[in-house]
Amino acid sequence: MAVKYIRVNGKMISARAGETILDAAKDANIHIPRLCHLEGVSDVAACRLCLVELETDRGSRLVPACATPVEEGMTVNTHNEKINEYRRMIIELLFAEGNHVCAVCVVNGNCELQDLAIEVGMDHSRFEYRFPVREVDLTHQIFGKDQGRCIFCTRCVRVCDEIEGAHVWDVAGRGHNLQIVSGLKQPWGNVDACTKCGKCVESCPTGSLFFKGSAVSEMQRDSGKLEFLVQARDKHEWTR
Amino acid sequence: MSKIRLATVWLAGCSGCHMSFLDLDEWLFDLATFVDVVHSPIADVKEYPDNVDVCLIEGAIANEENLEIALNVRKKTKFVISFGDCAITANVPAMRNMLGKADSVLKRAYLELGEVNPQLPYEPGIVPVLLDRVTPLHEVIDIDMYIPGCPPSAQRIKEAIAPLVQGEKPVMEGREMIKFG
Ligand code: SF4
Ligand code: SF4
Repeated sequence: MAVKYIRVNGKMISARAGETILDAAKDANIHIPRLCHLEGVSDVAACRLCLVELETDRGSRLVPACATPVEEGMTVNTHNEKINEYRRMIIELLFAEGNHVCAVCVVNGNCELQDLAIEVGMDHSRFEYRFPVREVDLTHQIFGKDQGRCIFCTRCVRVCDEIEGAHVWDVAGRGHNLQIVSGLKQPWGNVDACTKCGKCVESCPTGSLFFKGSAVSEMQRDSGKLEFLVQARDKHEWTR
Repeated sequence: MSKIRLATVWLAGCSGCHMSFLDLDEWLFDLATFVDVVHSPIADVKEYPDNVDVCLIEGAIANEENLEIALNVRKKTKFVISFGDCAITANVPAMRNMLGKADSVLKRAYLELGEVNPQLPYEPGIVPVLLDRVTPLHEVIDIDMYIPGCPPSAQRIKEAIAPLVQGEKPVMEGREMIKFG
């Protein structure tokens, strides 16, 4: 397999041809923040948190690390004042855009959005809060959905389609009417295609999808479960 | 050295941030060697005084009285701290925003859910009028520092205030200092 060399934050690292900057950085233990990326499913470059600066002859530009394949001799910076500021703005916008009331959320303390707020140093949002009216769906036997906490990363959509093969979730609407819908906009509990596997719940980075019956701060996710499933499929390792 | 004039104010919040402040227990004695508490829900001073050095404001802006107090505090205070999640994000008090404006919120709470003698509260000059939208504090006044948390732990409050009374800027970074919730 062809090997490419790229320079990340001044350090030379090797990467496999065809690999993304995000994967190459991960192998070299270089941390790049991300939200919509999930190991084992396709990338959509939706959240823009993994934006990195690519230095070229014609100046620098920002590219999403999860969707940019490595090229020989690339020079990449994962953190600098400008990128850090953009990342903080993205997180502030996400908080202002939905209804993220950490104090009463099932995943308070176990939430990727909350962790990223800490990482980017957000102590308040400079954007006006929208307080959107969004639906809560409690029709499923064992799971619930509070769309107010959704950040539209589409991890659930991709996991259900690409790993479980049930394709229960889809994206509907545009702009502030954007929604994640189950079974062409049926209540989740009425969707026969759902196998109740729980993979979407495990994949959700916020408290939007949750196990029914969990109280504030109570819900923990088994982050290794999805990785194990992908590993099992790709490498035929069936035990954990 | 003259003492720092400290105030605390309670707007639309559950008073949990103030409880957490009181959780500082014996450290409050240490604090008292540096500050004079000139106004607070836990000190019986009716009017907000002039020339306050530092003020911690708990709670969101939910009614006309909250707004009036916040504007007055800003005018008379050098350094204003947005204290706790309700002040910073509007938090739980703002969950009523999803019900619409003040009149639909009042109807929901006092008429639809009122079991005995349902009626809308109306007592001008005594019961403050609700604003149509609950907002974070920094949407109505300038803020000098934020202490997130619901409530911020006593330890977090201490780490934020102790440097301040020494004239230094605290480092508001990391899980211990800025995690919401
Ligand atoms: S529980 Fe499984 S099948 Fe049902 S929606 Fe979630 S991922 Fe799809
Ligand atoms: S429900 Fe969760 S996993 Fe699905 S799009 Fe929303 S935040 Fe992402």
